Amino acid sequence: MALFLRHMYLYRRSIPRIMEVFYWPFLDLLVWGFITVYLSQFRQTLPGFITYFLGALILWDILFRAHQGISVSFLEDIWSRNLLNLFASPLKPSEYILALMFVSLVKLLITSTVMAFLAWLFYSFNIFIIGVSLIPFVLNLILMGWSIGILTTGLVLRFGQEAEVLAWALGFLFMPVSAVFYPVSVLPPLLQSISRFVPSSHVFEGMRAIINSGRFPLTELLLALGINFLYILISTTFFHLNFRVVKKKGLLVRIGE
Amino acid sequence: MFEPIVEVKGLTKFFKSLRAVNCVSFEMYPGEILGLLGPNGAGKTTIIHMLLGLTTPTQGTIKIFGKDLRHRREEIAEKINFSSTYVSMPNSLTVKECLSIFATLYRVKKKEDRIREVLRCFEIESIKNKLVRHLSSGQQTRLNLAKSLINNPKILFLDEPTASLDPDIADKTRNLLKSIKRENNLSILYTSHNMKEMEEMSDRLIFLHKGEIIATGKPKEVIGSFRGKDLEEVFLKVAREEAV
Repeated sequence: MALFLRHMYLYRRSIPRIMEVFYWPFLDLLVWGFITVYLSQFRQTLPGFITYFLGALILWDILFRAHQGISVSFLEDIWSRNLLNLFASPLKPSEYILALMFVSLVKLLITSTVMAFLAWLFYSFNIFIIGVSLIPFVLNLILMGWSIGILTTGLVLRFGQEAEVLAWALGFLFMPVSAVFYPVSVLPPLLQSISRFVPSSHVFEGMRAIINSGRFPLTELLLALGINFLYILISTTFFHLNFRVVKKKGLLVRIGE
Repeated sequence: MFEPIVEVKGLTKFFKSLRAVNCVSFEMYPGEILGLLGPNGAGKTTIIHMLLGLTTPTQGTIKIFGKDLRHRREEIAEKINFSSTYVSMPNSLTVKECLSIFATLYRVKKKEDRIREVLRCFEIESIKNKLVRHLSSGQQTRLNLAKSLINNPKILFLDEPTASLDPDIADKTRNLLKSIKRENNLSILYTSHNMKEMEEMSDRLIFLHKGEIIATGKPKEVIGSFRGKDLEEVFLKVAREEAV
């Protein structure tokens, strides 16, 4: 609770931070929205699901925000040289991660609501047209974003501020194999095999199936969920092992001062 | 005879091949101010970090309140606290918000009352709504100290707490710490490069050099053991390796 408050206090009064939550999603929405509008003019030669681009963009942003909500909040504690104050307190590493997850959840709820509203306002695109099926898929994207965020946090702990760039970049590494804007089938065989182990690819394939055929892709959902739980387990274990290593090597103190 | 509240036995820390702390053993008693003294690289801060559970010892045991720190860190952490010149508060938060966060982290009961108390104690009530980044370094140090007392700790670890304070505020801070120590039977582990301060503050000193204890005792005893006229002279002898 204390850590959640710490991050909410930051956003309460900082206009640049609030802007950061909305700025990139808003720009993405404008650029991709107009591309979608443009492509829609060729409806006869392009598949009907081209409007899916906007939905895909909003959903990808959910994953990205979930990831950033954890990794950037962690960086805030490093930048403010506050990490030692936190870890010298009775706070457990697991509680710290939980608090960051909660922070990311609140941030992405706000961002996604605004983006969904703007998509409706500017392009008459209603993301909720997919219906309640959207919820389990969105939850899977959040889970995947969290596991990338926790992994990034572990890496920054271990390799210091040199690894900071991962807080922004690591999520994008999964984008080509997530089949966000195109189906998995367009990928070369090797990337197709890799994409099977990426939960977001099952989410986006599932969403396409709903739009195209109207059937609920339970297999895709279960696959995404199973892999996500495995990744959450791996990333939290990685974080905890790393936490032990950095305490042994004296790196926690170095990164925190 | 009081039971020790901190028992350190054979504490050793290697960073790769560098031996930062070598087989250090000491005890700390309730209501005592124990000064850790030594040149840069002597191992003072590493010892404090190990006592806080921020760095894992290579060898040795640490017992605080009779409990093994390795297994019961969170339980122990509720009753201790620390302040260091090298650690700060989130600079985009106000003084009061910072204290409120740490009061919650330390599970302080009657949070608002306690925050008011420490604000008054360190004379920072007037700046409670100021952002940390707008504070002077002296005010930031006082905020760090206020945070370190937020949970009414039984043991306080202070790493160069008066380093950035002007002589007036430093003197007030020392007097305040001494009075808090008296009133609450607080134990303080103290490091400073100000030798006069160490002499004035410490009930007992541990003199470290290259990670080892080279002298221990009351300030006068330590000065006597090196045949110096004051702690400053002893420190210079040790730092220049004339006495070791």
